[in-house]
Amino acid sequence: MTDPIIQARQVEKFYAQSRDARIQVIAPTDLAIYPGEIVALLGPSGSGKSTLLRMLSGLSRPSGGAVLWHGQDVASTQPNVSIVFQSFALFPWLTVLENVEAPLKARGMEVMDRHRRSLKILDTVGLDGFEAAYPRELSGGMRQRVGFARALVVEPEVLFMDEPFSALDVLTADNLRGELLELWQKKTIPTKAIFLVTHNIDEAVFLADRIIVLGRNPGHVRTDFRVALAQPRDRKDSAFTALVDYIYKVLTQPDVVPAEMPVIAGGRRIRDQRQMRYEMLPHARPGGIAALLELIIDFGGRTDIYRLADELSFEIDDLFPIVEAAQLLGFAKIEEGDAAITPEGRAYAESEILRQKELFRQAAVDHVLLLRQITRALANKSDHSVPEEFFLDMLDEQFSDDECRRQLETAISWGRYAELFDWDDSRRRFVLAEHEHEEIQDRAPEPAK
Amino acid sequence: MRPRFTLSRQLAVERTWPFFIDLSVAAALLAGFYAILWIAKFWFSAAIPEIEIHLAPSHLPLYAFYSIVRIFVAYALSLAFAIAYGYTAAYNKRLEALLIATLDILQSIPVLSFLPGVMLAMISLFPSRQLGIEMGAILLIFTGEVWNMAFSFYTSLKSIPRELMEACEIGRFSRLQRLFQLELPFAAIGLIWNSIVSVANGWFFLMVCEMFPVGSRNYRLPGLGSYLQTAASEGDFRAVTWGLVAMVLIIVVTDQLLWRPLIAWSDKFKFETVESEERVTSSVLHALRNSRVVATIERRTFRPMSEWFYNSLAERKRKHPPQAPRTESRRGVTAIYIAVGLVALAGILFAASDAVRMLRDIHRSEFFTLLAGAGLTFLRVNAALLFASLWTIPVGVAIGFQPRLSHILQPIAQIAASFPATALFPLILLALARIGVSLGIGSVVLMLLAAQWYILFNVIAGAQAIPSELKEIATLFRFSNVQRWTTVILPGIFPFLITGLITASGGAWNASIVAEYFQLRGHTLMTLGLGAQISAASDHANYAVLLAGTMIMALMVVTINRLVWRPLYHLAETKYRLD
Repeated sequence: MTDPIIQARQVEKFYAQSRDARIQVIAPTDLAIYPGEIVALLGPSGSGKSTLLRMLSGLSRPSGGAVLWHGQDVASTQPNVSIVFQSFALFPWLTVLENVEAPLKARGMEVMDRHRRSLKILDTVGLDGFEAAYPRELSGGMRQRVGFARALVVEPEVLFMDEPFSALDVLTADNLRGELLELWQKKTIPTKAIFLVTHNIDEAVFLADRIIVLGRNPGHVRTDFRVALAQPRDRKDSAFTALVDYIYKVLTQPDVVPAEMPVIAGGRRIRDQRQMRYEMLPHARPGGIAALLELIIDFGGRTDIYRLADELSFEIDDLFPIVEAAQLLGFAKIEEGDAAITPEGRAYAESEILRQKELFRQAAVDHVLLLRQITRALANKSDHSVPEEFFLDMLDEQFSDDECRRQLETAISWGRYAELFDWDDSRRRFVLAEHEHEEIQDRAPEPAK
Repeated sequence: MRPRFTLSRQLAVERTWPFFIDLSVAAALLAGFYAILWIAKFWFSAAIPEIEIHLAPSHLPLYAFYSIVRIFVAYALSLAFAIAYGYTAAYNKRLEALLIATLDILQSIPVLSFLPGVMLAMISLFPSRQLGIEMGAILLIFTGEVWNMAFSFYTSLKSIPRELMEACEIGRFSRLQRLFQLELPFAAIGLIWNSIVSVANGWFFLMVCEMFPVGSRNYRLPGLGSYLQTAASEGDFRAVTWGLVAMVLIIVVTDQLLWRPLIAWSDKFKFETVESEERVTSSVLHALRNSRVVATIERRTFRPMSEWFYNSLAERKRKHPPQAPRTESRRGVTAIYIAVGLVALAGILFAASDAVRMLRDIHRSEFFTLLAGAGLTFLRVNAALLFASLWTIPVGVAIGFQPRLSHILQPIAQIAASFPATALFPLILLALARIGVSLGIGSVVLMLLAAQWYILFNVIAGAQAIPSELKEIATLFRFSNVQRWTTVILPGIFPFLITGLITASGGAWNASIVAEYFQLRGHTLMTLGLGAQISAASDHANYAVLLAGTMIMALMVVTINRLVWRPLYHLAETKYRLD
């Protein structure tokens, strides 16, 4: 095998919390990018996909380990890379041409050369005639074309893409993916490798020569394999769907080492650093859980997860939290990439609303430590109210600050639905439900978010 | 193919227009050159501390010119300072907290407290030239203009989306390219709106900064402020009227020639993804964009210059490729920081202990008077805010609910708000004296005059922001008037009202300095109050009292901000947010 362009040796990322406590975002990981391949990085949210991309591109420095660019430390060289961003990250006050020219200007290229090269790349991505337009005059798809043009105009050796299609509608994204693939295969662009972060399994299988699946808490490589399908790929092809199904299976079974596919370089799995005290609450709304269970019942009580995703036209980041929540509450079971309903789940889905809340309450208290703790703390306090800091401090040892907030938000949403407790947003306190009822009866309902 | 109108009249106009525009642009450039010469001649002439002010209207253009130059030189200094300060605060993690706290305190120190120090320093720097006195006045105006701009630039920098910064980094932008292509454009809109506020503040203080005593010496600079004060003192109402007309003219012209084109131009810096329907238009900007002279200058000078600039930056960067992470030199940097910090700390401690020693000179009774004054001024400020709210809320809501009315009234109100209340002070004081109102009450009227516009504007904006569905619900369910106000209107305008009140409160505190102590017709009008005590101490060069008064005022303003306004603002941001 040829030498890798980028090689990551035991790179890790953590945030120091105090002297001896730290939050591990990415466990020590080995990874390499070779010339001639499109690598897709897949993983659930919170697995550190974007963080890994930023370390590999030299944007952010790893907390430990090293990223090598042609064998040299990336911090001491200037790797010729570009990034296509999810939000496009265009300068709205510059015209399309000025946006594309900006990185060339930074490299001190002569005016005429700069114009010529920018116009050529705009032509390549199909933006001929839009040079003088401002980004806000363009549609989302056209804007991302500008993003591509800006990234490609410096003729990067490695092109990084951070969920480049996820802000676009389905048809536009499909179109753009096809065109990118064409540029790549016809070697219209001198780029040697593409590194794509995505949460769309379909997209990864459609584009990539190699797929890396990340697991979370902390982020680590779960599996890393080559996609042997010939281009152009057909989404209806049975080998294609089998691969999609396989990746779903890997993603839905966080604790099983994937075995069916060959594991190649760097496919090491790292166990969680320490015993988790809190299970991570998936950020799903109770209404979504009920809807999912009903859908499973419609499919006869058991179905492929990717069929569910298809039915709902959800991507994994949208669907997984709901599936995980159903599993956590004991309403559904995940086996071999299939979701199956449990008797409790069936009872829940088929009850009327007040009974549903009762069942949800029971399941939540039984299965979710955080909710149990909040209820207990409220019952023990004489004024039946507890400030959020109390729980933030406990969660703090285990999650990053942002994740702590999200955990509490989810707990609040579940607890309110189950009528376990209420939440006073202005005082940022948990309060006992009945207690508050007496206090403020005619309070306006909370606006929906 | 476009039809040819060789003989069409319309086309003749179209063709000759750019010529006229070019001619006027060229004339403007020439006039600007001449103005610079004139100012230089005046500034470097021998110093005359007390210039005689002529009340004939023919002198007015020159006075107005001197005042305008002061305002805009101070503004240019403020802009440069604000950008440097905001940039340092946003990117230097070690200094950030310190710089922002400093800004918060500096903001609450009244302008006149700086007067004696700044004046004496400047006059001793340029003892024999007019420049010294000029610089003193300009620096005072600067302290009234700068803080909000620095804050605005800092908050803009902090809110730049991460991916845009990353795009700059991955594109290898130099710091300067990042400044011109990302940071300044991103901050432009905030800076422009704050510039309008700053220049209005500048005029407010200019009125009192052109005539003042320091210790035993009197200073008077030729300008609009001194003209108005002299005219009012001599009871020459014709001259007062002329002065006010000149002031209104200046404000209208600044609005049309400067602010409107700038706002229209800044439209392209809006960080939004959709096109907005409503836009500010400016015929001046349109003319400039179509002027051939401006285009040629741009093509021949600015563009090659910026090219050369970027090129040299990029070149230099290539010669010095980034080094490997320098932990050792970093340690060196830390050591330097610590050393500089220690020296600064020692200096501060020394100066602070010196200041405290100076405070010991204050007699106990003087100190109690200061406290009593502080209490009275506090009451006056809040009374002014209360009265201002009482009339602005109903009027503002009425204007905001009627789009046609607000369309007509808003530009007028904007100009009224830019009009410095201090220019009217002499007139109002004379009127109040005639009907026998003491300055103790009168100063509330003056503060009201200075503070009310901030509230009015924000209430209008708030009323416009209330979704029409909410108003329709109120009609549909036949809400009584009281219910309409308590459930729809007041909560709807709450965030805007709070923003307005915060700004107005700052304005009222600052106005107390000039409202409680005023020199008119050769004698000094004053009432018991902290503002009057600070002004008097500044006039009599009583530095101990000046320092104590300033400290008390800064402390009160900062405390009120922390204890009252910040929680209210938080409430407005969370509970009363309409989105």
